[in-house]
Amino acid sequence: MTGPGPEEAAGVPRARQMLERARWAARSFGRYDHDSVWRVVEAVADVAEAKAQEYAEWAVRETGFGVVEHKAVKNRLCSRGIVEAYRDEDLVSPRIDTSRKLVEVARPAGVVLALTPSTNPVSTVYVKVLFALMTRNAVVVSPHPLARQVCTDAARALASAAEAAGAPCGVVQVVDEPSIPLIDALMSDERTDVILATGGVPVVRAAYSSGNPAIGVGPGNVPVLVDATADLRRAAEKLVTSKAFDNSVLCTNESVLVVEDAVADRFLRELQRCGAHLLTPEERDRVREVLFPLARFDTALVGRSAVAIAERAGVRVPPRTRVLLAPFDLVVDEEPLAREKLCPVLGVVRVASAARGIRAATAVLRIGGAGHSAVIHSSDPATVMAYAAAVRVLRVVVNEGGSTGSAGFGTGLAPTMTIGTGFVGRSSLGENLQPRHLVDWTRVAYSEDPSEVFPSFEGLQPWDSVAGPMPPYPVASNLVTAAGAAPVPAAAYDDEGAPALRDEIRRLIIEELTSIVKG
Amino acid sequence: MSFDYGDFSFSSKAEMLEKSRDFWNPGKTDFWVEAGVPLVIDRREGYYVYDMSGRRLLDVHLNGGTYNLGHRNPEVTAAVTAAMNHFDIGNHHFPSLARTALAEALVTTAPEGLTKVVYGSGGGEAIDIAIKTARHATQKRKVVSIVKAYHGHTGLAVGTGDDRFSKLFLSDRPEEFPHVPFNDLDAMEQALLGRDVAAVIMETIPATYGFPLPEPGYLEGVKRLCERYDALYIADEVQTGLMRTGELWAVTKHGITPDILVTGKGLSGGMYPISAVLVSERAAGWLTEDGFGHISTFGGAELGCIAGLKALEVCNRPETRSMVHYISDLVGRGLREVQAAYPDWFVGIRQNGVVMGLEFAHPEGAKYVMRHLYDNGVWAIFSTLDPRVLQFKPGILMTPELCEDLLDRADVAIGRAWAEVRGARGARERVSA
Ligand SMILES: Cc1ncc(COP(=O)(O)O)c(C=O)c1O
Repeated sequence: MTGPGPEEAAGVPRARQMLERARWAARSFGRYDHDSVWRVVEAVADVAEAKAQEYAEWAVRETGFGVVEHKAVKNRLCSRGIVEAYRDEDLVSPRIDTSRKLVEVARPAGVVLALTPSTNPVSTVYVKVLFALMTRNAVVVSPHPLARQVCTDAARALASAAEAAGAPCGVVQVVDEPSIPLIDALMSDERTDVILATGGVPVVRAAYSSGNPAIGVGPGNVPVLVDATADLRRAAEKLVTSKAFDNSVLCTNESVLVVEDAVADRFLRELQRCGAHLLTPEERDRVREVLFPLARFDTALVGRSAVAIAERAGVRVPPRTRVLLAPFDLVVDEEPLAREKLCPVLGVVRVASAARGIRAATAVLRIGGAGHSAVIHSSDPATVMAYAAAVRVLRVVVNEGGSTGSAGFGTGLAPTMTIGTGFVGRSSLGENLQPRHLVDWTRVAYSEDPSEVFPSFEGLQPWDSVAGPMPPYPVASNLVTAAGAAPVPAAAYDDEGAPALRDEIRRLIIEELTSIVKG
Repeated sequence: MSFDYGDFSFSSKAEMLEKSRDFWNPGKTDFWVEAGVPLVIDRREGYYVYDMSGRRLLDVHLNGGTYNLGHRNPEVTAAVTAAMNHFDIGNHHFPSLARTALAEALVTTAPEGLTKVVYGSGGGEAIDIAIKTARHATQKRKVVSIVKAYHGHTGLAVGTGDDRFSKLFLSDRPEEFPHVPFNDLDAMEQALLGRDVAAVIMETIPATYGFPLPEPGYLEGVKRLCERYDALYIADEVQTGLMRTGELWAVTKHGITPDILVTGKGLSGGMYPISAVLVSERAAGWLTEDGFGHISTFGGAELGCIAGLKALEVCNRPETRSMVHYISDLVGRGLREVQAAYPDWFVGIRQNGVVMGLEFAHPEGAKYVMRHLYDNGVWAIFSTLDPRVLQFKPGILMTPELCEDLLDRADVAIGRAWAEVRGARGARERVSA
């Protein structure tokens, strides 16, 4: 209801009202106990998982990015996978630390504004919504305009599942018509408690300058070092699979392969055996020209297949080609192939030694991707350590594919779709984004004085077990008392008062009335 | 301190009140001063109004829902401001752009069966239109209303209400306007038996009477009786409509499709006077027979229609509906907690959504509470026709903080009013002992 008046762009006032509604929802949700919360989380994950394939198809259809099967996998990882991964982390119940005489009471952020990208549209919606729900936050999803339809549908499906499982009404909402002025308005609105910004650099920078707390991360540009000690066959498989996964739209996909001369030819043969095509210098030039016309990445090629890109470049490749290998000599910023490529084209640089390889990988990260991620295939822990110490990233995945590995699937990292790039990557977050980043804790601290006895807090639970719709439907007070506070389920919130559902509510009320009158 | 408003100014609040007495309405002016609520509303914003003295008051009177969306709601203000570059009141004789647009919006969001819209400039006029429409459709004259009804003070509307206002102007017409007790279906049937009644006019929850709630089945029963005895059902949704009960029109919560539905007050977000009557096809005949049957230069003024379109859009949003449910839950629960602390004083809460009447155990209890609320920064009004009951009408876009703040203030004020009443009683008892 607040906010400037006359100049607001169409849709902005209503979007602001979504934040207000979200505040109401968050206020209610912040009182739910662990089991009530998890009932909601499980129900949402069930729906998300059930619709993984449908949304994968839809996302590819709508955006043209990526691979349906891989998106389906990702959607499952980001629904069932995420829930399994965080099931045991209780971010709701009070924590008691007897030794330090501390009690910690969870304090959710409140209203999370989730900006989601076009490249990983549904999986990011899934993760952000689930993280928000696990921590009793309300979330307003603002999808990338390119993936608007699938994301709004997905967010709506999750919202209904959440509400059906007892979550407060409006706990998950989605902006129908995202636009720049609208997103700006939401980001700077004081009702937004934290922004989760995934997308291009401008979006992340805008989130950070909004004046509101924000978690946004920088772009990746992932070097992968293969040294002479690596299991080449395995490394090749992992690398090609990772690079081909969803046509490289994950920011964790490998960008430049740095390979030790001693094993380079053999490794390239292994890569080709796995479905990579090694471009000739002349073919490479054509691919470079197509990918980077006027030295800027052509975003129309994000997430396109290797075959499609080769075709664009006029390069003949076998139909089963999964990855294009583009060799070049020197990692310098005027070499476009040394930059981030969200498509299955892998730069290839040969180096004389592992030490030189580490330098080359460092150079890749000077060009872009600071704080993000790197990969190494090696069986020498000393090299791994030297690599990890040298590359300016916050996660180094060893002997695993970067795409899913850095995102915490198939490694011990925290499963996520948002890769914190830390201070070096101009981010407030250095870890993989996790549910716990969306909750603060009120710390109750007792005197250390030994005469001060720390009492038992066992069994003290400030939160409520919630049953029935929240908020309850506003039944006239003389009916509530007469009927023993039986609330009529509220439905139809997002259907603009769809007649069918209004009729349903009416019917329920009449039923109730009749029973009262008869009784 | 001087009060300069551009084209007019006052040197002090005292001077203003003096002139109000001299040039405007001495009765009203004195009434409020004597009631301990010497309010002269100056600045207004959101759910706050400010007295000339600068004192801020949280408004839960809202002029019966006129300010449902808050004072000077930014969206409505923006819509009207922009419209003033193109529209004015319009010419009421011609087909009109804004009138048609609002009529369509009203019909498409109304209960099925209401198909035409007639405009007035205020609630009373709209009630008159509703009565005239019913009379034309049924070719009968009588209109039944409830005892202590309030439907406005225009020519016909005033007849449906309390004698106090009709007799004053020699406008009481008891033979045309029989009054029956609320919640009494037998009395209603008696009034309808003769089949000479054009319409029953019924506020879904009678506001000025302190929001007594219709007993389960009462309104449904009245509707059935109307059907049986061939009278139309006019739903006065001037106060109860526009999402205040958590549905756009409160009467739909009873499963009733009225023959005629009247709205006003909040319809234009308090920015431009307008009212509307939604009529069923059956009742709409005169609009074809003689479209000039009801003429009103300002009725459906186009700027009002623009305001109405925006206000209706905001009211109908799922976000708004959801917020009303949250607000009524929070405020309702909070009030019940306060009530538990003063069971002998705060004896009842009548609530349907954010339509609330608070009952106190004293014939004028609400006046005490009103004054103590005023002293504690809240403006809520007693019910004119039942001053035991305080009308408590939170806005439909209130924030959680504002609701909590309201409850804190209400808790204190209700307690203080109780202490005052008890003190007075104690003193009386001491005197009589
Ligand atoms: C229920 C009801 N109907 C009709 C009216 C009359 O409206 P107006 O004062 O705009 O003529 C009112 C005014 O308070 C009212 O409360």
